Amino acid sequence: MRFTPNMTPYIKDFPPESLPISSIDTIPEPPLNENFPLNKELQQILHGKQLLFENLQHPLEEIHQHYENGYITYRKGIIKTKSKTVCARCGNQEQSLFAHFPCARCGEEECIYCRKCIMMGRVSECTPLIDWCGPEPDCELTEHPLEWQGTLSPGQQHASDQVRQIIIENRELLVWAVCGAGKTEVLFEGINAALDSGKRVCIATPRTDVVLELGPRLQAVFPGIQVAVLYGGSEDRHLQAPLTIATTHQLLRFYKAFDTVILDEVDAFPYTADESLQYAVRQSRKEHSSMVYLTATPNQKWQNECRSGKMDFVTIPARYHRHPLPVPSFKWCGNWEKSLQQDKLPPAVTQWIKKRIDNQKQCLLFLPKIDKMEKVLTILRKTYPKIQAVSAEDPERKAKVQMMRNKEIPMLLTTTILERGVTFPNIDVAVLGSEDRIFTESALVQIAGRVGRSAQFPRGDITFFHYGKTESMVKARKQILHMNAEAKKKGLIDY
Amino acid sequence: MKETLARYKFRGDYVLARAFSPFIKEKLKNLNFECLVPIPLSPERLYERGFNQSAALIREAGFTPKDLLQRIHSEKQSKKSRLDRIHQNQVFEPLNINIKNKIILLVDDIYTTGSTLYHAARVLKNGGAASVFSLTLARG
Repeated sequence: MRFTPNMTPYIKDFPPESLPISSIDTIPEPPLNENFPLNKELQQILHGKQLLFENLQHPLEEIHQHYENGYITYRKGIIKTKSKTVCARCGNQEQSLFAHFPCARCGEEECIYCRKCIMMGRVSECTPLIDWCGPEPDCELTEHPLEWQGTLSPGQQHASDQVRQIIIENRELLVWAVCGAGKTEVLFEGINAALDSGKRVCIATPRTDVVLELGPRLQAVFPGIQVAVLYGGSEDRHLQAPLTIATTHQLLRFYKAFDTVILDEVDAFPYTADESLQYAVRQSRKEHSSMVYLTATPNQKWQNECRSGKMDFVTIPARYHRHPLPVPSFKWCGNWEKSLQQDKLPPAVTQWIKKRIDNQKQCLLFLPKIDKMEKVLTILRKTYPKIQAVSAEDPERKAKVQMMRNKEIPMLLTTTILERGVTFPNIDVAVLGSEDRIFTESALVQIAGRVGRSAQFPRGDITFFHYGKTESMVKARKQILHMNAEAKKKGLIDY
Repeated sequence: MKETLARYKFRGDYVLARAFSPFIKEKLKNLNFECLVPIPLSPERLYERGFNQSAALIREAGFTPKDLLQRIHSEKQSKKSRLDRIHQNQVFEPLNINIKNKIILLVDDIYTTGSTLYHAARVLKNGGAASVFSLTLARG
């Protein structure tokens, strides 16, 4: 699309003075005309978002009238300076992730576009990002929307108080809670306080699984308010809800939308690896807003910032059932990949599995790679035909996890895909090849965290079978021991 | 292939056209033609996509696309059923360019029922083309 310098949009027959938006120095911002009859539906859809024309069903003329009357802003989708090009939607600055094309929309031979976020619709040099800058849509206040009968453990209560406080004061906080501490419950009071004062809240997480799990859980405890659940392909996209639960990817569509952002599983892939997701979270926050980070396994940088006082944090070092975290034991098993080539498993692993299956104790075995997992599956099925394996690309992933829950299968082989979020009440867990670099400190802590989660079965075995101990393994064990010691000191465990 | 083509065509990742260039160049070496004709898009669709995916394939392979056709109406092909597509009426009309006795190679990204190419070829044959061939990247 081309605009004249006073921002009249053209989609064909471009007048000679028209330019792609990226070439217009300052984009005028017309003052708000309070007598303009705004379109409430457009306001609902656009408030707190940054969208493209093609994301909106409304005709260009109508959108542009809102612009002229000060209700909408146009921003450059691609920002070019002398030294670099930046995508304003996803923050991409990696020059190799920009390309250009002869654009039929603006007629330029080399219209630059961002390849990084192209899956959400192409942002190019002639693409305006459209935001709402008029008044916020009215939202009905629900007084004290929280309806929850549960009680918090002392560790949870302490964290919950802190969360509530920083949400009220618009500050930032890291909640460092061990796997199975009951992190979600810790948020309830804080979210309640936010909603009570008309704030918009978002819980974001890198993982769709977690979004799907959290959605119904939060709707159940906040029955009187609307909860929007957003992930790739979800239907709630245009819902303006007081409480939004979204994947971090979905936040790329938001702009200055939330008073409170709670980021769950901060350390999970791909959030840590993908700067555009971190950018998305920043962009989605209002200028004055609060931020809560939740994690069981902060990376080294975060751990250092907490210890040096740079970041406010609160720990929940113990599980709600007051049993210590199971501590992993290390078992050297030789060159296991070579054994696999000879259609064998290391004897230590075979024994470990046999013991579980003989005692009818369900177990998970984590492997670093899919091909290794397939190999192990073939070997094990000769003896135990009911064993299943699941990986990221498996279309039957959900069904297999359900079979495990229903105790229809004795054992599930998996990659790091099941490292977090899933809970089986009574299982033992082993990792084969824990020396692989995919098993980072946090991955291993998460894997160990699958064991002993239920109050009925608070114990279980976690073994790392390895061909050479790694620093990650040692640090993971140290972190678990440290949390247990802290919990003991604070009187949060009884056993 | 399916994902790459979808990203190219529907998400509009233009540079992916270059990924297909070696294949297209190789094929064109052994083909005898006088002009390369992309399947045209309607003006609305062209605006929506920002580029014509067939023309881009030709261009990025180092050739010049020659526009000889235009679309009559604009319902999306990929939204129609197989039967609809086979039985639909002519969707193209010729541009006013002399193509008498020309050997023409039509280029498209995906061959599904073949009806798009069939209609395009018929318009060109009726216009006097000597022969019409086609090159597509994938079977739908």
